[in-house]
Amino acid sequence: MKIDPIHQFNIEPLFTIGHIGNQTIAFTNSSLYMFLSVAVISLLMIGGMAGRQLVPGRLQSIAEISYEFVASTIRSTAGAEGMKFFPLIFSLFMFICISNLIGIIPYTFTVSSHIIVTAALALLVFFTVLIYGLYKNGFKFFKIFVPSGVPIYILPLVMFIEILSFFLRPVSHSVRLFANMLAGHIALKVFAGFVAMLGVSLGAVGWIGGVLPLALTVALTALELLVAFLQAYVFAILTCIYLNDAIHPGH
Amino acid sequence: MAEKSPGTPAKGTGAHTEADGGHGGGFPPFESSTFASQLVSLAIAFVALYVIVSRFALPRVESVIDARQNAIEGDLAAAQKFKDESDAALKAYETELAAARSRAQAIGSETREKLNAAAEAERKTLEDQLTAKLAAAEKQIAATREAAMSNVRGIAADAAGAIVQRLTGVLPDSKTVSKAVDASLKG
Repeated sequence: MKIDPIHQFNIEPLFTIGHIGNQTIAFTNSSLYMFLSVAVISLLMIGGMAGRQLVPGRLQSIAEISYEFVASTIRSTAGAEGMKFFPLIFSLFMFICISNLIGIIPYTFTVSSHIIVTAALALLVFFTVLIYGLYKNGFKFFKIFVPSGVPIYILPLVMFIEILSFFLRPVSHSVRLFANMLAGHIALKVFAGFVAMLGVSLGAVGWIGGVLPLALTVALTALELLVAFLQAYVFAILTCIYLNDAIHPGH
Repeated sequence: MAEKSPGTPAKGTGAHTEADGGHGGGFPPFESSTFASQLVSLAIAFVALYVIVSRFALPRVESVIDARQNAIEGDLAAAQKFKDESDAALKAYETELAAARSRAQAIGSETREKLNAAAEAERKTLEDQLTAKLAAAEKQIAATREAAMSNVRGIAADAAGAIVQRLTGVLPDSKTVSKAVDASLKG
């Protein structure tokens, strides 16, 4: 019995869709979970609201709470103008949150445990901020690199740091989510693997001793539930903060 | 279980080579051969999600929340309207009551005055009548007394004449007798 905490991140092609250049585009297990997440969100948001009840039931409550939660996050960080990006931020938050929650179920795949996915989402946000900021404010957008009230002799240094941090945003934005999901699932797998490993190698004593890592696995699963939601929230709120720069440059 | 197990001590038998695992001997998130597939799937899935969310899901939730908000506001407005109406009704009732009360008071005092006046008038006529009757009676008494007094004088004169005659045997002069009687009556 060996522990292989990496195996769960394998991309397994289920069937081939087509080719771009010499790259094979396959429908993979990752694709399956992406579409599953989209389906779950659609079911929740459209199926849950089908009743259109004045006093909401359970599903409708979840749908409405998600709506209000994201809406209030945007209003408090990016102001009323940020509501233009409500569908984008809502999609990001729900996609990450639901796919993370699905990923906690054993034997499933976590979409955001792959850097390419989180990087694509972070770059989507980055370019949205950049393009919208330039479109709306023109060259005034570059004021975000020039904080007001900074003495002239350290301004070049501050500008350098601001520009660097601006272009490093997609990196931190994506790596934060990716690393959290990756590390969490590896830890879960390692501790869960200990249970079986102890049992197989030490027999009865091992199975009894396995209670400890089992308890840890349960506790870690609870923690991962929190992390799954929290990382989606962090991703969404950072998106709001970045968009706030595009809407109101010159802080 | 796949064969590759980095960082874990090998237990049992079997060689662990990079090549014979299920994942091509690398760290799956960094395998660039899978990137294109994932990006295509992600693009399709995320665009689909964005369309579903922006076209169907959010407007629907918004309309439901708005409808609820409107219903609550409508109910509150209706409640306020009813409250205003009841307040107005209460005020109208109170003014009506006050008016009725003052009217009743006015009617009461008017009636009392009228009755008082009537009673007063009646009392006056009765008093007048009584005064007149009293005056007539007094007049009659005075006349009667006068008549009686004159009778008394006649009787006294006659009696005095008779007494004098009996005593003296002489019939006195009637003038002298009446003068004496008058003096005696006065005295």
